Amino acid sequence: MTPASNGGLTLAEKVLARSAGLERVVPGQIIEGAVDLAMMHEQGAQTVAPFAQMGATRVWDPERVVIAIDHWVPASTEGAAVLHRILRKFAAEKGLPHFYDVGNHGICHQILAENGWVVPGDLAVGTDSHTNMLGAMGAVAAGIGPTEMAAVLALGKIWLKVPPTIQIRARGHLGPGVTAKDLILRVLGEVRTTGATYKSVEFTGSTIDGLSMPERFTMCNMTTEMGAKCGMVGPDDKTFEYLEKIAKHPMHPLSADADATYETQVDIDVDGMPPMVACPYSPDNVRPLPDVAREHVKIDQAFLGSCTNARIEDIREGAALMRGERVHAGVRFIVSPASTSIYQQCLREGLIEVFTNAGAVFTNSSCSACFGGNMGILAPEEVCASSSNRNFPGRMGAKEARIYLMSPAAVVATAIRGEITDPRELQ
Amino acid sequence: MRDVIEGRVWVLGKDVDTDQIISGKYLTIIDPEELKKHVFEIALPEFASAARAGDIVVADENFGCGSSREHAPQALRAIGVSALLADSFARIMFRNAINLGLPAIELRGVRALFEKGDLARIEMGAGRITNLRTGRTISFPPLPSQVLDLLEAGGLVETVRRRLIAEGKAAAQ
Ligand code: SF4
Repeated sequence: MTPASNGGLTLAEKVLARSAGLERVVPGQIIEGAVDLAMMHEQGAQTVAPFAQMGATRVWDPERVVIAIDHWVPASTEGAAVLHRILRKFAAEKGLPHFYDVGNHGICHQILAENGWVVPGDLAVGTDSHTNMLGAMGAVAAGIGPTEMAAVLALGKIWLKVPPTIQIRARGHLGPGVTAKDLILRVLGEVRTTGATYKSVEFTGSTIDGLSMPERFTMCNMTTEMGAKCGMVGPDDKTFEYLEKIAKHPMHPLSADADATYETQVDIDVDGMPPMVACPYSPDNVRPLPDVAREHVKIDQAFLGSCTNARIEDIREGAALMRGERVHAGVRFIVSPASTSIYQQCLREGLIEVFTNAGAVFTNSSCSACFGGNMGILAPEEVCASSSNRNFPGRMGAKEARIYLMSPAAVVATAIRGEITDPRELQ
Repeated sequence: MRDVIEGRVWVLGKDVDTDQIISGKYLTIIDPEELKKHVFEIALPEFASAARAGDIVVADENFGCGSSREHAPQALRAIGVSALLADSFARIMFRNAINLGLPAIELRGVRALFEKGDLARIEMGAGRITNLRTGRTISFPPLPSQVLDLLEAGGLVETVRRRLIAEGKAAAQ
């Protein structure tokens, strides 16, 4: 198919054209892109067999492959231990040096972000659906399956259909106690869980310009919940500053053309927006948090963790509310930093003490309670307030358990009161 | 891949995510034969024991949303499911199915065409799906040639194998 229009390109189109060595691409076109970074977590163990069946012997570029185990760290089941062993053996055999193993571990997306593995202009793929998070670097970052990863490891290339782009323009200021998480929940409430399927979501506008890199990670992370292939923010001085000392390979900063063609544009005015909450059983079942708080929704567990919201900024924000307070009687509160370096930062700043003094459990860094297969699993009918990204039935354990998604500050306020609480009441 | 696929239909609703296809607690299982015992445990509990090779799964919108686990299409393929039809698929689910050589066809209104236990006929080349009980038919645009090539070859493993051989990079057999 040849490009039909002469109009400008969106950010995703620019990056994909670069990856395919083409002047321009149009939505719907199937291209073969050169991969700049390939990431695997435990699901990468399933790439080993297809890689061999393909007859592949060498990994196309060991310097562009990162393995970061995170779902069960340290291994909490025999099955997980086997997955870890398969990956260690594969990394040793194929000479893959960038393995973030137990002791140097973290949630795979956070490992990529804080070590500068994805930079502007990259095409990055990972065996996890929230690989979208890295789009905050001005890259196309997408989740793929393990068989597909085996092909990437063998060829360094991947077939992709160029997605149409939804542009989300946010303007206005987030008020005190209102965060990027509240903004992305609001967007989800409008775009819905199927609204961006196969599409690229491009965030722009003065609100996005004002967000820090960690906040942009939170935004792009949850484009996965809209079904998006990727979520992106155009690189700016904040991006370059964040990556200045850590970028692992050269950047190719690209920006959307002023006359780019968008499939849809969504305008969001954030002035006066309250904190938001996604109610069971879907991330797009979003309501203003104060409305839900009026219904006195009691909780059994609170979780401050996950790739969406467990960076040092999130934990500091939570600790500021937690200091001098106690976790409500009968509530289990689990705090899990997103990486070992964040864990160490918490230790230096005395934040671990703040949480454990209050009666919370502060765990080592991992996906932790986020996905219902490791720890912090919910019994039927239990209710959980979580800073993570999914609340489908069975996500954190029993299918009847009810999960409410909210900002880190709201999780902490809710843990203190024992029922869903507007964090602004405690600030 | 056969050009005409016929099979007994199982019907699912909207937003069946991968947790409902294969629960998070089974993610450390690699063996598809083991995985298939747990397929649809949450969404359709009788499926794992009652499904037969050749059956077709028909879902409403957003089938396979949520986490990117290939366990989901793998388990379905291990059980012998011959095709997936849905009003819409989540993107990774669609790619994973195709890459495993499992035909996945996205078509608005396909869910409403069937009830549980109906017999479906899918004509890949003609782009037609028929409910053999009611006689009702709907059409779909032919799949892109790259996707058809992948299905023809039986999936991505075989496609890449042929390519590595052609490029002289495959391991000596
Ligand atoms: S923290 Fe949760 S959403 Fe993020 S990678 Fe881990 S399991 Fe997935």
